Amino acid sequence: MWEYTDKVKEHFINPRNVGEVENPDGVAEVGSIACGDALKLTFKLDENKKIVDAKFKTFGCASAIASASALTEIIKGMTLEEAMKVTNKDIANYLGGLPEEKMHCSVLGQQALEQAIGNYKGAPKKEPGEQIICECFGITDREIERAIQENHLTTVQEVTNYTKAGGGCGNCHEKIQAIIDRIYSGAVPEAKVEKKPRLSNLQKIRLIEETIEKEIRPSLKHDGGDIDLIDIVGNRVIVATRGTCATCHAAQLTLKGFVEYKLRELVSPELVVEEESP
Amino acid sequence: MKTVYLDNNATTQVAREVLEDMLPYFHDYYGNPSSIHSFGGHVAKKVTEAHQKVASFLGAKDEEIIFTSCGTESDNTAILSALAVSPDKRHIVTTTVEHPAVKVLCEHLAEKGYRVTTLDVDGEGNIDMNQYKRSLSDDTAAVSIMWANNETGVIFPVEEAARIAHDHEILFHTDAVQAVGKIPIDMRNNAIDMLSLSGHKLHGPKGIGVLYLREGTRFSPFMIGGHQEKGRRSGTENTASIIGLGEACDLAGRRLDTEIGWTRQLRDKLEAGIQKSIPNVRINGGKARRLPNTSNISFQFVESEMVLLLLDQLGICASSGSACASGSTETSHVLRAMGVPNAMALGAVRFSMSVYNTSEEIDYVVDNLRDIVRKLRQRSPDWKSAATPLMYG
Repeated sequence: MWEYTDKVKEHFINPRNVGEVENPDGVAEVGSIACGDALKLTFKLDENKKIVDAKFKTFGCASAIASASALTEIIKGMTLEEAMKVTNKDIANYLGGLPEEKMHCSVLGQQALEQAIGNYKGAPKKEPGEQIICECFGITDREIERAIQENHLTTVQEVTNYTKAGGGCGNCHEKIQAIIDRIYSGAVPEAKVEKKPRLSNLQKIRLIEETIEKEIRPSLKHDGGDIDLIDIVGNRVIVATRGTCATCHAAQLTLKGFVEYKLRELVSPELVVEEESP
Repeated sequence: MKTVYLDNNATTQVAREVLEDMLPYFHDYYGNPSSIHSFGGHVAKKVTEAHQKVASFLGAKDEEIIFTSCGTESDNTAILSALAVSPDKRHIVTTTVEHPAVKVLCEHLAEKGYRVTTLDVDGEGNIDMNQYKRSLSDDTAAVSIMWANNETGVIFPVEEAARIAHDHEILFHTDAVQAVGKIPIDMRNNAIDMLSLSGHKLHGPKGIGVLYLREGTRFSPFMIGGHQEKGRRSGTENTASIIGLGEACDLAGRRLDTEIGWTRQLRDKLEAGIQKSIPNVRINGGKARRLPNTSNISFQFVESEMVLLLLDQLGICASSGSACASGSTETSHVLRAMGVPNAMALGAVRFSMSVYNTSEEIDYVVDNLRDIVRKLRQRSPDWKSAATPLMYG
């Protein structure tokens, strides 16, 4: 049996906002019953362009139902600009977390929201230039890129957990790997990073310390690893790996793909992470 | 809350009689059957008795019974032994719907260079005997076909298949874990060389299994060490569980007719009740010869996990072969092999009865199931009405 949080249980046993809003302003249908996940989301705006009501119908497992229920609760009262910023992580966090293999359920919710807002704005369903990567589940490169960037995914399995892409016939595994490689080699423009104000050196050092402490170490410790900040020289952040990281062959990948990524995202895009030379 | 246990293909309740027989052998009579003293000797006698009870239940000879730790160990031992005694043969025949204990082992062997033929099943879950015959060759070392499928209960013609294998001098193994105690089995009437069974599927304890090994069959042990089980399965005997399994087999033999009759009655009542009150359902393997206690039912437009979790809220235990995992929402390999469409396979729930279930329990399940499925379908985006002609099969 899956380990579900009490909040997830509460939401799948008594889901909120089931149904369809009458005369909706935004509508989205994502997934399909054949794939095992289908979600229909409808919302209505008030005179101030805030979401006054949101409802869903879903075919899916317990996490899919709980995610859709949570999503409708989260977005009610939001402006569309605020709702646009809701990520699958927000949905998972609202529920007190989801099993890793079930993260795609929260992604489905986020996709439905994005599409429903697009529907309101009259935008086409798919962005131009998008390409279907996973034929089985109809997942595009854009969706995969977004999941990788927002959740710092580094393996094909993780991408499957979050997007379902690659969970069917498996023929697209190479393409998914190529997207992962592209993202971490910096060839794809990252999701729009807001311009950050210039930091003083002292501010930068504090922010680096804080990011490592709060954002990076907890994740590494979860896998039995750890890092220490050794020095900061200009934009070079020098760290030492500890625990399982110290002996892990993938540590280099973690440093570049996760630690550096996080620091660039949250502190400054110019930072380079280096491992302390022995 | 009362537990309504309809998941007897997963495991069963240890029978009271079995438990009582076992208990003295943990604390009071803890001797090692291999010891020279009479304290151990007493236990050895009970272990011999257990061999006799299992053998008599199966229509076998005492020395054809080898106690193992579980069904999986029996399956692994049988197949690996068949390969070991014919080192020049490199081919295995099995089916697409085996339990992982056989399926994953054969996949592993395929990676190691063995050629593995997996026989297809049709829409009702039956194998094609012509395909089976064609698959056998001089290179075939072993055939392993389950007696009855754990998910659908579909019964395979293993006795006929064993005869055909013997014509080609090929060793035949059957995983009978789900069949033993649910249908009559008499090893005097067939040519099966090896058979696996598991204690906890027939009201015995967990952690004990049997490998039946026909007299004269060439054998290569899996566990190597002491002389236990005549050197065919080393390791100090799990005495209490062996004694428990002996009693479980004895009990199963005494009440087999009741068990078959009663579980079939309950199963038929459950299926009739569901078909009457819930539209758009499909009984998977329903037209095949199958175990009397097993029902695998697909509810279209709902996902089985939600059905199971809502049943669980009411104390009702059932299961499903599919699991929404790793993004793929993997449906059961058995239903996939039968060609059940994904949308139906996703809503498949397995109910498996035992002699301990009651008619009232079935009423309780049917009543609640009707409400649960209706509620879930109302939430489902593709569910319009019961009249929608989307039914398949």
